[in-house]
Amino acid sequence: MPLDQSFVGRSWPATEPYQVGREKIREFARAIGATDAEYHDPAAARALGHADVVAPPTFPVVITMAASRQIVEDPALGLDYSRVVHGDQRFAYTRPVVAGDELVCVNSVDEITSRGGHDFLTTRTEVSTVAGEPVVTVWSKLVQRGEH
Amino acid sequence: MSDTLEPQTFRVTRADLVRYAGASGDFNPIHWSDRVATGVGLPGVIAHGMFTMALVGRAVTAWAGAADAVVEYSVRFSRPVPVPDTDEGTEVVVTATVKETTDEGLTKLVLTATCQGEKVLSLAQATVRKR
Repeated sequence: MPLDQSFVGRSWPATEPYQVGREKIREFARAIGATDAEYHDPAAARALGHADVVAPPTFPVVITMAASRQIVEDPALGLDYSRVVHGDQRFAYTRPVVAGDELVCVNSVDEITSRGGHDFLTTRTEVSTVAGEPVVTVWSKLVQRGEH
Repeated sequence: MSDTLEPQTFRVTRADLVRYAGASGDFNPIHWSDRVATGVGLPGVIAHGMFTMALVGRAVTAWAGAADAVVEYSVRFSRPVPVPDTDEGTEVVVTATVKETTDEGLTKLVLTATCQGEKVLSLAQATVRKR
């Protein structure tokens, strides 16, 4: 079943604030083998001009992937998550995520296309602080593989 | 500032995928269950695409000098990274080449990542502002 084209251009209400914890950033940095002091040591991060430890560049996906459930789990969209693979991923940064940030996500659907029996869904998530300061924009293209 | 990054090799084992699943919250079973992975037509457990992107991101931030030097970063996942259940796992090799430096002081890097000699990313690039 093709995806519901009426989702294109839609935006969703901002998600509940996500509190970025210092230990979560350290855990994520350890999991990707990133040992730089700015990810682990608040003093080192402050010396570089940050309020607390800095998140590695792909960390925002932890927040946006959870936020995108708003879209992908809507039965009306018609996405079969068991056939989904990750197609493209893009980040455009205003500034890095830092421990202590309280972040909200506003999701939109940029594009839905079909090609070769596969369906493609591009979501865009604007990540900002609860005070409205933009932090990063995240695009994800998901591929729903054809059933053959 | 050199025009190419010395190729960097990252070893990836099943333990790395388990750790990444926990840290990222991505518990899709194709990243830890051979039964589920082969059931959907994959050769076996594969790495999270975002884990591969994170490894390439390490190479980018190392080249740029800091995490906040990265202005934009994008990839296409063109091929899965199968991770066998062995002590050795597999390896991902990352390269970066300077494509251009703009008048605003931004440097565009073209990135590659290969596993077993096959490219696993396409259209991979980063824009960095060197500190």
